[in-house]
Amino acid sequence: MRLKKKVQEIGVSCLFILFAVMPILAPAIGEAFYVDVFARIMIWSIAAVGLNLVLGYGGMISFGHAAYIGLGGYTIAIFSFHEINNGFIQWPVALLISGLAALLFGALSLRTRGVYFIMITLAFAQMVYFLGVSADKYGSNDGMNIWNRSEFKISGLNFSIDDSLTFYYLIFFILVLIVFLVRRLVNSRFGMAIQGARSNESRLEMLGVPTYIYKLTAFVISGVICGLAGILQANFERFVSPDMMDWPRSGELMFMVIMGGMGTLMGPVLGATAFLVLSEVLSSLTIHWHLIFGPLLIILVLYARGGLGGIIDRGQKDG
Amino acid sequence: MEISFVVEQLLNGFQLGVLLFLLAAGLTLVFGIMDLVNLAHGSIYMIGAFFAATMTLALDSFILGIVIALPMTLILGMVLEVLALRTLYARGHMDQVLATFGLILFLNELVRIIWGPAGLAIPLPLFLDGSVSLPLGIVYPTYRMFIILIGIIVALGLYYLVSKTRLGMLIRAGASNRTMVGALGINIRFLFTAVFGLGAMLAGLAGMLIAPINQAQIGMGEDILILAFVVIVIGGIGSIRGAFIAAILAGVIDTMGRAFLDVLLLALLPANAAEAAGPALSSMLIYFLMAVVLIFRPQGLFPARNG
Repeated sequence: MRLKKKVQEIGVSCLFILFAVMPILAPAIGEAFYVDVFARIMIWSIAAVGLNLVLGYGGMISFGHAAYIGLGGYTIAIFSFHEINNGFIQWPVALLISGLAALLFGALSLRTRGVYFIMITLAFAQMVYFLGVSADKYGSNDGMNIWNRSEFKISGLNFSIDDSLTFYYLIFFILVLIVFLVRRLVNSRFGMAIQGARSNESRLEMLGVPTYIYKLTAFVISGVICGLAGILQANFERFVSPDMMDWPRSGELMFMVIMGGMGTLMGPVLGATAFLVLSEVLSSLTIHWHLIFGPLLIILVLYARGGLGGIIDRGQKDG
Repeated sequence: MEISFVVEQLLNGFQLGVLLFLLAAGLTLVFGIMDLVNLAHGSIYMIGAFFAATMTLALDSFILGIVIALPMTLILGMVLEVLALRTLYARGHMDQVLATFGLILFLNELVRIIWGPAGLAIPLPLFLDGSVSLPLGIVYPTYRMFIILIGIIVALGLYYLVSKTRLGMLIRAGASNRTMVGALGINIRFLFTAVFGLGAMLAGLAGMLIAPINQAQIGMGEDILILAFVVIVIGGIGSIRGAFIAAILAGVIDTMGRAFLDVLLLALLPANAAEAAGPALSSMLIYFLMAVVLIFRPQGLFPARNG
C-alpha cells in the first residue's frame, strides 16, 4: 500500500512538472500543438477533480456533471454574445449559475438512492442539454462562437488571456489551486463526514451528522468546480455547443475519475491525462479508434478496479 | 384548433409511447431481474434496425425482413450477454454504466464499418404506405397505425408471457428473489441469457419499426435510450405494467407538449417569449415529469420489489 502511494506521488509530481514545462518543451521537440492538448488535459482534470469530490469521496454516482461544465461555458458565451466581456462579471455569474443548478438538481436527486440517483442526475443533465439545443438565439444544435475571451481590466492594468501562454499558465494555476482546495476540503471535518456517509450513512446520522446537508454541499461545490472547468473550456476553444453537455461527456468524465482511481486526490488528474492522451494516440492511428477504445475501457472497468494509481479498493455494491 | 389535429397528435403520442415501451420492457426486465444497467440497449435497437434494413433490401419484403431480423437480434442479444455482460451482474451499477458505455463506442464503430457512415432507408410495402380514414374525418398514416397495433399486440403477449407461463413465473420469481430461484434448482444462468435475449429482441423490434420513418442510422439509439430510462424510472424498475403506463404517458406528454405548449404559452406570455420558451420547455417536459414522480414516489409509480 505504502509503496503504491509512493509510486503515485512520484507519478503525479512528474505530471505536474510536465504540465509546467510543456509550453517550453513542446516547441523544442517541434510539436507545438501539444501545448493545446495539455491545456485541454488540465481543463478536464479540473472537472474530474470536481466530479471526484462527489463520485469518489462522497460515493454519489452522478451521471450528469457535463451539465455544469455546459452551464459555465454557455454563461461565458452568452455574455460574450451580448458584448459583455468583463471577466469580473462573467466568471462569478457563471460560477453562480452552475452552483445554483447543482443546488437545485442535487437537492432533488439526493432524495433518491442507488440507480435512481444515477438516472435522475442523468435526466437533469439532459434537460440542460435540450435547453441548449432549443435555444435558437444561441446557436441551438450548431453552438456558438465566442469572439472575445474574457477580459480582466483593473484601472489600466490589463490581464489578457488572449495570449496563449498566459492562458495556459492561468489554467495551470487554477488546477493547482483546485487540487489544493479539494485536499484541504477532504481532510477537514466536512470531508470526513462525506466519506463517512459513503461507507455508512445511517451510522453517521445516528451520530447526529446531517448527512443530507453535507452531501448536498459537496454536490454544489463539485458543480461549481465543473462550472469553472466550463468557463475555461469555453474561453479556450472560443466555442460552445450543446455537445459539451450531452450525456456521453458525463460518461467520459466518469471514466477519467475511475481510470485514475476514484477517491484519491490526484487520481482524476492522472485519469484525465491518461484518457485524453490515449484517445489522442488511438485516433491518430486509425479513424475507427473507438473499436479499440471501447473494449479497452471495458477491460479497464472489469480488471483494473481502483484505476491507475488507485489505493482504495471498494468491492461493495452501491445502493 | 381542430379536434382532428388533437386526435392526430394523441395518436402520434401513442405511437412514440409504444416504441418507448418496446425499449423499456427489455430494459426493465434486465434491470429488475439481473440488476444490470445496460446503456448498450440502445445499440441493440440500432443494430436491429440495420438488420431489418439489410434483410428487407435483400428479400424485397419488409415483413419478411422483420421476421428474419427478429431472431437475429435475439441471437445477438444472447451472444452479447454470454460474452460481455454476464461478468457485470456481480458488479456495482457504476461499473455497469461505464462498461456498457464502452460497449456503445465499440458497437457504433462496428456498425460504421459494416454498414458505412450513412443511414439506410427502408422502403415500405404498398399496403402500409397509404393512410387510413378514422371517425371525425381524421386521416392517419397506415404505417403509424401499424406500429401502434404491433405495440399493443406485443404488450398483451408480454403480459401473457409474464403472468401466465412458466417462463414468466420464473421471471417474476427472479425479479423478487434471484438467489432463491437459483437455490430451487432453476438454471439461473440460462434464464438470464433468455431474458436478455428477449429484451434485445424487443429493442430490436422497436428499431425495426422506426427505421422506415427515420432511417436506420448510427447514434439513433442514444437519445431514445435516455427516454427509455426515464420511462422505467417513472414506471418503477422491474415492472412491465409500470413500463407500459409510463411509456404511453411519456410518449403522449412529449408529443402533446411539442404540439401545443407554445399555443398554451402564447395565452400566458408575450409572443416572442412564448416562441422562445415553447420548444425549450416541451423538450424538457418528460424530465420534469420524472423529477416530479421521483420527488413524490422515489421508487417510481409501480415498484416491482418491495423494500
